[in-house]
Amino acid sequence: MATLTRAQASALTNDEILRYSRHLIMPEVGMAGQQKLKAARVLCIGAGGLGSPLALYLAAAGVGTLGLVDFDVVDYTNLQRQIIHTTGDVGRPKLDSAAEKLTGINPFINVRKFETRLTSANALDFFRDFDIIADGTDNFPTRYLVNDACVLSGTPNVYASIFRFEGQASVFATENGPCYRCLYPEPPPPGLVPSCAEGGVLGILPGLLGVIQATEVIKLILGTGDPLIGRLLLVDALGMRFRELRLRKNADCPVCGATPTIRELIDYNEFCGIRGEEAPITTTVPEIQPVELKARLDAADDIFILDVREPHEYQICNIGGHLIPLGDLPARMNELDSSREIVAHCRSGVRSAKAVTLLRQAGFGKVKNLAGGILAWSDKVDPTLPKY
Amino acid sequence: MKVLIPTPLRQYTGRQSTVELEAGSVDEALCELTTRYPELRKQLFTAEGELRKFVNVYVNDEDIRYLERERTLVKPTDTISIIPSVAGGSVAARRGF
Ligand SMILES: [Zn+2]
Repeated sequence: MATLTRAQASALTNDEILRYSRHLIMPEVGMAGQQKLKAARVLCIGAGGLGSPLALYLAAAGVGTLGLVDFDVVDYTNLQRQIIHTTGDVGRPKLDSAAEKLTGINPFINVRKFETRLTSANALDFFRDFDIIADGTDNFPTRYLVNDACVLSGTPNVYASIFRFEGQASVFATENGPCYRCLYPEPPPPGLVPSCAEGGVLGILPGLLGVIQATEVIKLILGTGDPLIGRLLLVDALGMRFRELRLRKNADCPVCGATPTIRELIDYNEFCGIRGEEAPITTTVPEIQPVELKARLDAADDIFILDVREPHEYQICNIGGHLIPLGDLPARMNELDSSREIVAHCRSGVRSAKAVTLLRQAGFGKVKNLAGGILAWSDKVDPTLPKY
Repeated sequence: MKVLIPTPLRQYTGRQSTVELEAGSVDEALCELTTRYPELRKQLFTAEGELRKFVNVYVNDEDIRYLERERTLVKPTDTISIIPSVAGGSVAARRGF
C-alpha cells in the first residue's frame, strides 16, 4: 500500500515512539505496523454516531491522514451518542468540532475536512486520495454511492449501520470480497422503510459499532488478523449477542459481478426512489395549522384529536389526543367516529399524514392532518411543550 | 423451528423477536409466518409474491440465495433469520419524524 516515499515519510519521531509505545511493544503492530498506520489514509463518511468513536480511535492509534466528510451542524439531540462533540459545540459545524478533538488527541496526524455532501460528482475524486473508506452514513442513497465508488475505485469499505439496539458491520469491496450490493442489490422503496416510529437508537450502540469499524480499519492497515470480509456481523446490544452470517460475492452483482451493469456512479437519489430518503415527504392530505386548531378548540368546536405516535412518545409530551399508534390504526378504526371531525397528529406530521390517507380510504371524510405535528404545536401554540 | 424477527419488523409480529413454528422448507415457514402475521406479508413479498430484494433470508448462517432459495429444506433445529437492509444511523435517528 505505502510507496517507498510514503514509508520513508512515515518514520516515527521520538515523541511519536513514546506516544505509541503500547503499540510498538506488541509484535502484531511493532515499528513496521505503526509506520503503516502513519502512512495510512482513511476517509470517514460522517462525523456522527458511528464516526465519533471511529475517528477518535483512529486518531489516537496514529492513522496518519484522517479525512472527514460531513456538512452537518452539531445540535443537542446529537450529544446522546456523538461523543466527539460537546455541549459547547452545539451550533458549530461538525467538521470543525471533530477536527479540533482529533488534533487535540493526536497533533501528529493530518486531518482533512470535506465540508460537503458526498455526491456522485465528488466521491471518486475524494476517494482517490484514501486507502480505506469507513462508511458511517445513515441513508440509502449515500450508502449505495459509497459502495459503488469503493468498488469502482478499488477501495475497501468498512461498513456499519445501526438501528435502535441492533447493529451490523462488515468489510466490503476488497479485492475478492463481496460488496454491499452483493448483499442487497436494491434499497427498499421509500414507503417501506421501517416506520419512523420505530426509529431512535441506544446511545452506546454507535459506540459499539464505530469501535468495531475502527478495529477493522486498523486490521486492514496492518494486514493482520481475520477481517470481516465475507461476513456480516450482527450485534444485538439488548441480548448482548453477536452473530455472523456468511456473505458471498455475487457473480450477478450489478457493480462487482462478472458482467457489471454499473460502470460509473449514477443518480443515487433517483435509484433509491423518487425523492431520496432524506427529503421530506410532501403530502397532499388536507391539513390544519396549529394556530387554527387552537382557535377552534378554544371556541369549543367538536374536534376529535387523534395521536398516532407510540405510547412512549405520548409519555414525553401530548396534547390530550386519543392515542392509536399508526401501526395499530387499521385494526382500531372502530374506536373512531366517522361523523366527527378528526385531526390526526404525530411528532412532525409525516406519520399522521399516512394516518389521514388511511382513514380517508376507509371512508372517514372529515379527517385532517395537524401541519408540522406536535413540534409545530410547540413552536406556534404552546412553547412549554418539550420537543424531542 | 425458530424464525428470528429483526427489530424493524417486530411491529408486525406483536413485538415478538422469535417465532416458533413447524415447517419443512423456507417457503412453508414464511407462509406460516405471514399467515400468523398478515401485516408482514407486504413487508417481505412483492405483489407478485416474490421475496423483496432488500430482504435477505438465512438458514442458520447461509443465505438462501446460495441454497435452494425458498425451496431450501429446513430441520426443526434450524434457525431462519430475516435480515432486511436498514438505513439506521445518526441522521435518520435525529430526523426521526
Ligand atoms: Zn457486489
